[in-house]
Amino acid sequence: MSSPSTATQTPPVSPAEPLLRVRGLAKHFPVRAGFRSSGAVRAVDGLDFDVRPGETLGLVGESGCGKTTTGRMLVRLLQPTAGTIEFAGRDITHARRGALRPLRQDLQIIFQDPYASLNPRHTVGRIVAMPLQVNGITPPGGVKKRVQELLELVGLNPEHYNRYPHEFSGGQRQRIGIARALALRPKLIVADEPVSALDVSIQAQVINLLRDLQRDLDLAFVFIAHDLAVVRHFCHRVAVMYLGKIVEIGDRDDIYQRPQHPYTRALLSAIPDVTTLGPAGRIRLTGDVPTPLNPPSGCRFRTRCWKAQDRCATEEPALTNRDGGRQLTACHYPEQGPVGAGPEPGPDAPATSGTVEVSQ
Amino acid sequence: MGRSDSAPSGEPDRPEVPEQRAGEGQPYLRVNDLRVRFDTEDGVVRAVDGVSFAVERGRTLGIVGESGSGKSVTSLAILGLHHTKRATITGEISVGGRQLVGLPEEQVRRLRGRDMAMIFQDPLSALHPYFTVGRQIAEAYRVHHPRAGKREARSRAVDMLGRVGIPQPARRFDQYPHEFSGGMRQRAMIAMALVNDPDLLIADEPTTALDVTVQAQILDLLSDLQAEFRSAIILITHDLGVVSQVADDVLVMYGGRAVEQGSVEQVLRRPQHPYTWGLLSSVPSLHGDADADLVPIKGNPPSLINLPSGCAFHPRCRYAGRNGDRSFTEVPELRPAGEAGHLAACHLPVDERTRLYQEDVAQVGVAQ
Repeated sequence: MSSPSTATQTPPVSPAEPLLRVRGLAKHFPVRAGFRSSGAVRAVDGLDFDVRPGETLGLVGESGCGKTTTGRMLVRLLQPTAGTIEFAGRDITHARRGALRPLRQDLQIIFQDPYASLNPRHTVGRIVAMPLQVNGITPPGGVKKRVQELLELVGLNPEHYNRYPHEFSGGQRQRIGIARALALRPKLIVADEPVSALDVSIQAQVINLLRDLQRDLDLAFVFIAHDLAVVRHFCHRVAVMYLGKIVEIGDRDDIYQRPQHPYTRALLSAIPDVTTLGPAGRIRLTGDVPTPLNPPSGCRFRTRCWKAQDRCATEEPALTNRDGGRQLTACHYPEQGPVGAGPEPGPDAPATSGTVEVSQ
Repeated sequence: MGRSDSAPSGEPDRPEVPEQRAGEGQPYLRVNDLRVRFDTEDGVVRAVDGVSFAVERGRTLGIVGESGSGKSVTSLAILGLHHTKRATITGEISVGGRQLVGLPEEQVRRLRGRDMAMIFQDPLSALHPYFTVGRQIAEAYRVHHPRAGKREARSRAVDMLGRVGIPQPARRFDQYPHEFSGGMRQRAMIAMALVNDPDLLIADEPTTALDVTVQAQILDLLSDLQAEFRSAIILITHDLGVVSQVADDVLVMYGGRAVEQGSVEQVLRRPQHPYTWGLLSSVPSLHGDADADLVPIKGNPPSLINLPSGCAFHPRCRYAGRNGDRSFTEVPELRPAGEAGHLAACHLPVDERTRLYQEDVAQVGVAQ
């Protein structure tokens, strides 16, 4: 992938080497009409990011932005079309099954649907012990003891070792999935929408559990979610994706308080928040996300952006730093200042047309 | 809907929650002591257990609850969509003055779609994949306007598609649901629901399947259409954020019962039920301390077959037991909770709840 952003990522200054280093990662799904190939869905189209040990990176965006595809490539459930994934210094982009196995111990995934991701015919004990068995590991004290420790760690009753998934509620099932992911003491967990299928009161329990585990076990996370409020409570850094690309990445407080990309601003202002009553000044984006089969030229957000100029259609903005901080933004006319002021006209962009209305 | 942003004071008091008793006022929908029961092999499921509320034209009632709280069952009962052999429905449902419970199916069908309509959560499964979107909307019109010709129905459908913000409605009329994006499908569903100018619109999680930027569009659309058509809206959702944006009144359900109801300011700003407090503190917010732990409600929602004794919320309530063992033995009734129109079902005295909320919940920083 020759993406303009590939060269411009400045590696963040950090004492530790990144645990995960992703460069130019892309996944294109071929589309066939009859027997002929008729193009490709460019689900993920050139991502660069790092995750350091013990760090949580949130991957947010709307449906179809490629966040789930990215997560699946990171744990090699999908084969990338281009780019590289380095884990702990090793290139794992094309590692074979055998070579992947030891790696899977360090790299685990938690799935969204706690109903579909647990085998209904296996007991909880067997489900959680499976990663140990597959890797031929006998922990000190025996498998059963370790499984019971894990169940206790995620807040389940270790006595429930012999029960089946259907005997548990949605939140408890998600805890089982988490216990399974922790069985091999991983260094990095990819969590794909781990709480979005849960009721609100249960969601908070699971978020708190993941936060505690993250702190206690010093785990790194790639946390995939569409809910920006949830991500804010869990992640150190946040990457905002739109149509297969990262449009903005930075530290949590920068992203939430001083977002520079218009899309990030629109996304944040669209979230209905309990702390405000009534339709407070929102940025209204018109239209839907375009199809990744034929993404817009130049900046992919330009078709819905109120600041779009001619340049946005011809020149793809690079993901670069704009103010000397650690925030990278892919926009020709980034926003400035703290969030909450609503959309402001860009430096040389008059607030154009009817693409944005601020309802008050 | 259509409220200006809420200053804590200043705004003249809007009419409070309509009285529950029959007679005065004329809310378009009045539900009184609604009970829906399903007899299953495992036992009797009391999905809705004595719920009362009313909605006036031009106002929006948000019904909030977790899965299994009875919010969807309530809305299906209003529309008469429960199978009469499987569900036992008692109580009163009066729509525009007509009592629906016990009405023959044929008559309910005549009301459904004309006087009251529904927007479902998943537009892809609610639209028929085999027929064009326009044909389905036109059919919804012709069912209730038997004398309307094809051409009239078509122009009405095209008009509605345009009203809900679908570009090039005449061309879109002839497309199939799969050719629409998720947001466009939901708009088409709304067009279909509104094609007969219903006075009551029930929207069951209308934006749950949508992305936030599209959700914002749909919520705005519902507000605008309500201002235009003056329909009464019931919005069923699990998302307190959505309720805070568009509802005038709120009903909080738990275990098939109403635990709190009142205006949106009352319920979200001065909540009087520990369950509502729990919901508010467990929702992650964009404001406040991001590093603070969320305060979840312990335990799980109850089984409707075997509801806890007394207050159904007591096993999860931090304050159960403060009042002797009443919470464990006696089902609390909805009682006035301080302000006019504000009701909550809790055994604790109102003063004590106000104090507990101020000390334990509001301090944590979620509300305000």
